[in-house]
Amino acid sequence: MEKNDGFMKALRCRECGREYPLNATHVCEFDFGPLEVVYDYERIKHCLTKSVIHGRPETMWRYRELLPIAHEPTVGFQVGYTPLVKADRLARQLGIRELWIKNDTVNYPTLSFKDRVVSVALSRAKELGFSTVACASTGNLANSVSANAAAVGLKAYVFIPADLEEGKIVNSLIYGANVIGIRGHYDEVNRLCAEIAGKFGWAFVNVNMRPYYAEGSKSMGFEILEQLGWRIPHHTVVCMASGSLLTKIHKSYQEFIKLGLVPDAKYRIHGAQASGCAPISTAHKAGMDFFKPVKPNTIAKSLAIGTPADGFYALRVLKETGGSGDDATDDEIREGMKLLAECEGIFAETAGGVTVGVAKKLIASGKIPANDSAVLCITGHGLKTLDAVVGHVGRTREIKPSLREFESLLNAENHSELLSR
Amino acid sequence: MPVKVRIPTPLRKLTNNEEIVEVQAKTVRDAIAELQTRYPGIKERLIDTDGSVRRFVNVYVNEEDIRFLQNQETPIKSGDEISIIPAIAGG
Repeated sequence: MEKNDGFMKALRCRECGREYPLNATHVCEFDFGPLEVVYDYERIKHCLTKSVIHGRPETMWRYRELLPIAHEPTVGFQVGYTPLVKADRLARQLGIRELWIKNDTVNYPTLSFKDRVVSVALSRAKELGFSTVACASTGNLANSVSANAAAVGLKAYVFIPADLEEGKIVNSLIYGANVIGIRGHYDEVNRLCAEIAGKFGWAFVNVNMRPYYAEGSKSMGFEILEQLGWRIPHHTVVCMASGSLLTKIHKSYQEFIKLGLVPDAKYRIHGAQASGCAPISTAHKAGMDFFKPVKPNTIAKSLAIGTPADGFYALRVLKETGGSGDDATDDEIREGMKLLAECEGIFAETAGGVTVGVAKKLIASGKIPANDSAVLCITGHGLKTLDAVVGHVGRTREIKPSLREFESLLNAENHSELLSR
Repeated sequence: MPVKVRIPTPLRKLTNNEEIVEVQAKTVRDAIAELQTRYPGIKERLIDTDGSVRRFVNVYVNEEDIRFLQNQETPIKSGDEISIIPAIAGG
């Protein structure tokens, strides 16, 4: 019987080019370079046209030829196609002509872009015959693996730093997943998972399933291009943890150019990190093509990866596209979250505050010109990181159920507002 | 001094599927040299042509990344454990 791998041809080492069969394996046996899926773009070009895409449901699977599964998806049919919001009020605040928010805070089902990568990884895991799935996570990925595994009856083990935000822990436990808290930071969780993955025959979405998993991020980029009217934005700002999302946004733009779906155009991709964990943006600023690992200390826990696996490739994308890297402090992160919420009604998690905070700096410094347009990739919902903003977002004023009390409250506040002018 | 080295899955073909190998060494560099003597070919998997640890390989002494210590010159003492781990994606 002929083996059917869909539009995939092989896995290939990004470093040395050695090829491997399309199994659950993620590093080159020779030099440990990451493996990446190779596609048959000639065939895809014939199958994936704008009219074919238009005729499909509004989910990430409308680009399924460019996603690494052999057959139809079996996990996460509804994921993706989140709103691209024209953010005029935020644009005025940041001082830029045109601004768009790619709003993955409302991604289905777990309110972060991770649903994209997980639906690909779990669909592929089922194709490869796995019944237990697992991940190392800073929180969002654990939520998504737990929910999507529950929805199709896969057993899930998720490994997280034990000190994560309570919201992110509950958001995994509710689905009945096995949640293992590790007393250490994410890089230590990751390290343990690499060892566990070598020992147990599970589909670890970001370890042995990584070549498939990582490709799911491209769908965020494909959607941006389609929603903008089949064109590439001049500037895209992406937050960086391992750097994977940023490299895949770049890849998605390149693939649409290659397939003739968008005109070839110059674009810049900018990377945003938290000041307390900024190995990639720091290296970029210093003009280095390698980074120095750091020990994370930031409220943006979903970005707290001190040894970013895709850091080298993210640096390369920043350099090749002429993009910038910058970082935001904890206060700037909260300020960014508030700006996005108050201007656009979008409550993003801390990582979104990082992206807005860095975009603000890049616009102020002219690295993103004021008369230009930009897309900000907002990756997760603020309800997941309440701890980070509690006590920083004003307070409830309590009164008795009496009209007179309310009127005197308003009078007092108007009075003090007048005084402060 | 005897130290344990944890071998990652992609390299176990070279170590006859041994997961933990014991070597005598004073530094990480010594340990890799001894591994090479016993399992020819393993060094070039870990070290690139200019002599540094390959960028997608993470080496730990006990729980610490050697890039936070003294890289290949990191001293090791009896009972220490060296782990060799491929870099992993985000989460």
